[in-house]
Amino acid sequence: MTKLHPFFWMQIALSFVVFCVIATSAIAEEKPSRIVSVGGSITEIIYALGEEGRLVARDTTSNYPAEANALPDVGYIRRLSPEGLLSVNPDLIIAREGSGPPETVELIREASINMVEIPHQFTAEGIVLKINLVADALGVPEKGKVLADKVAADLAAARAAVKADEPKRVLFILSMTGGNIMAAGDKTSAQALIELAGGVNALEGVEGFKPLTPEAVSLSNPDVILVMDREGDHEISKEDIVTHPALASTPAALNGALVKLDGMLMLGFSVRTAEAVTALSQALMSTGS
Amino acid sequence: MSLALQDTVSQPKLAGDRTHRARQLTWLLALGLVGAMLLSLAVGASGASLWDGVFDLAMGRELSLRDSIILFEIRLPRTIMGVLVGAALAVSGAVMQGLFRNPLADPGLVGVSAGAGLGAIIAIVLGGMLPAAIQAAVGYYLVPLAAFVGSWFTTILLYQISTRKGRTSVATMLLAGIALGALTGALSGMLVYMADDAQLRKLTFWGMGSLAGATWSKVLAASPLIVIALSVSPFLARGLNGLALGEAAASHMGIPVQITKNAAILMVAGATGAAVAVSGGIGFVGLVVPHLLRLLVGPDHKYLLLNSALLGAALLLLADVISRIIISPAELPIGIVTATLGGPFFLWILLRQRGLLDM
Repeated sequence: MTKLHPFFWMQIALSFVVFCVIATSAIAEEKPSRIVSVGGSITEIIYALGEEGRLVARDTTSNYPAEANALPDVGYIRRLSPEGLLSVNPDLIIAREGSGPPETVELIREASINMVEIPHQFTAEGIVLKINLVADALGVPEKGKVLADKVAADLAAARAAVKADEPKRVLFILSMTGGNIMAAGDKTSAQALIELAGGVNALEGVEGFKPLTPEAVSLSNPDVILVMDREGDHEISKEDIVTHPALASTPAALNGALVKLDGMLMLGFSVRTAEAVTALSQALMSTGS
Repeated sequence: MSLALQDTVSQPKLAGDRTHRARQLTWLLALGLVGAMLLSLAVGASGASLWDGVFDLAMGRELSLRDSIILFEIRLPRTIMGVLVGAALAVSGAVMQGLFRNPLADPGLVGVSAGAGLGAIIAIVLGGMLPAAIQAAVGYYLVPLAAFVGSWFTTILLYQISTRKGRTSVATMLLAGIALGALTGALSGMLVYMADDAQLRKLTFWGMGSLAGATWSKVLAASPLIVIALSVSPFLARGLNGLALGEAAASHMGIPVQITKNAAILMVAGATGAAVAVSGGIGFVGLVVPHLLRLLVGPDHKYLLLNSALLGAALLLLADVISRIIISPAELPIGIVTATLGGPFFLWILLRQRGLLDM
């Protein structure tokens, strides 16, 4: 074996050092600049952090703030198309937990595109965690801390204003197509919001969003009915409630206690949740009793 | 062929020997399929160019990771899956229509679709209850696997019901298929009721069908069955031609009727079961492609089956290309594309050539 020139090793060592310096400085300076946001709540956080300039695309559920609609849409959160995602040349994908399908996620990882999954929890702590994780992924942890503190303080203030001595029974109705009521049970974002706003879920013993028999609806005996503020066919009006046989005799229908709130505001569990808590708790206090 | 002659006698508008035309059409369709495959490899949301990729590879240059994933991990398996699924559905449709002597027959009649749907729903809704070890082992292949098992289970059940003393009654199978379809539909409905929000959405998308989830492992899993089933189908041609005259006449012609039936049912269950398992519910292809070809070149299965495979594959690929560019970078489920384009087109043909579809 020929003996290698001592300079050879020096060169190797030197170039390694240079490489390390370049690499670390590159990592330190180069924040991802082509970001895809998957999940409405994630997009709201990115806008609230003022980092929306780095977004190149969003998913179908990201429609707040309205400017987000101008970004290319890579598809529904659970049905992302792999080539659609790759086509916008992202260097970072921030996705809410549950984004998929798994085939797409696998291909994205294979293409060595960084994909960060953010847990989706329906609590105040969950929102703070979400904001911090998104900010970390964006490389702006300080901004994240400021926003998280503000959101936590807002939430605490909103919660402090809630009167919970006589909690109202609230039924969240997702849809009433053809008179069939689909409502929120346990472990739903809707129930979590109702509880934050000082109400109780009128529907017990059901998990998730379920179609209900008229008798179960009647039995839930809500004081207030909560729906998403939608237009057109999906709109649920006071008349629908009052004329529905299973609802007609409930306190909610008798008092005309129907509360409408924006869907994303209520169920997103993101930066605007304090606003949702305040709006709902005020609506609960002003209705009936 | 005696059958072709009979047909031309009863339908003078289609007079003449169309063997020559059928052969020409085969070449044309083969060319069309190659074109559709190239298109499917070349078109996509990302604008990654097939030609640049091929050129770079030919020059011995490395592709970028992104381009190589788009071309070889996304578009290529998707294209191959489109060919396999399209051919499987169209040939299965042609065989079913021949076997049942019913223009409305499609693979759904042997319980394949209903069974696959039930299997998929069970996997989506109850999959979470399986022991973690099994879940980890099958991963996201649980749904296709369950769909496949479901389709075979219902087909075999249906076959058992309608076979007595070694003879399968096609009429019983048709009616029992409807009954079984209603039953699986009810079971599916029950499970849908139990499903949560996320599972419901998953179910809806599964039902609309898509080639978007095409991966090499899915292609490898589905291809042996589909390829075997498709290679068996040409041997059914003579039997199916004979059956067009009725079972008694066919058996007088020396056609092994029961063997033909068994082979046809197995072939359809294998091909459709595998196709539905990997792509979900893609409707319309199995029904319309064979009819289109009968109108063009007549009902002789010798040409019909091969032409169906080619046209089914090409049409499904074209529909898939549309599904991925129409709302790019998002994607439309392919079942929606095949139904929106195919429905009106089929109606138009029906209206133009009223009366010619009586088999």
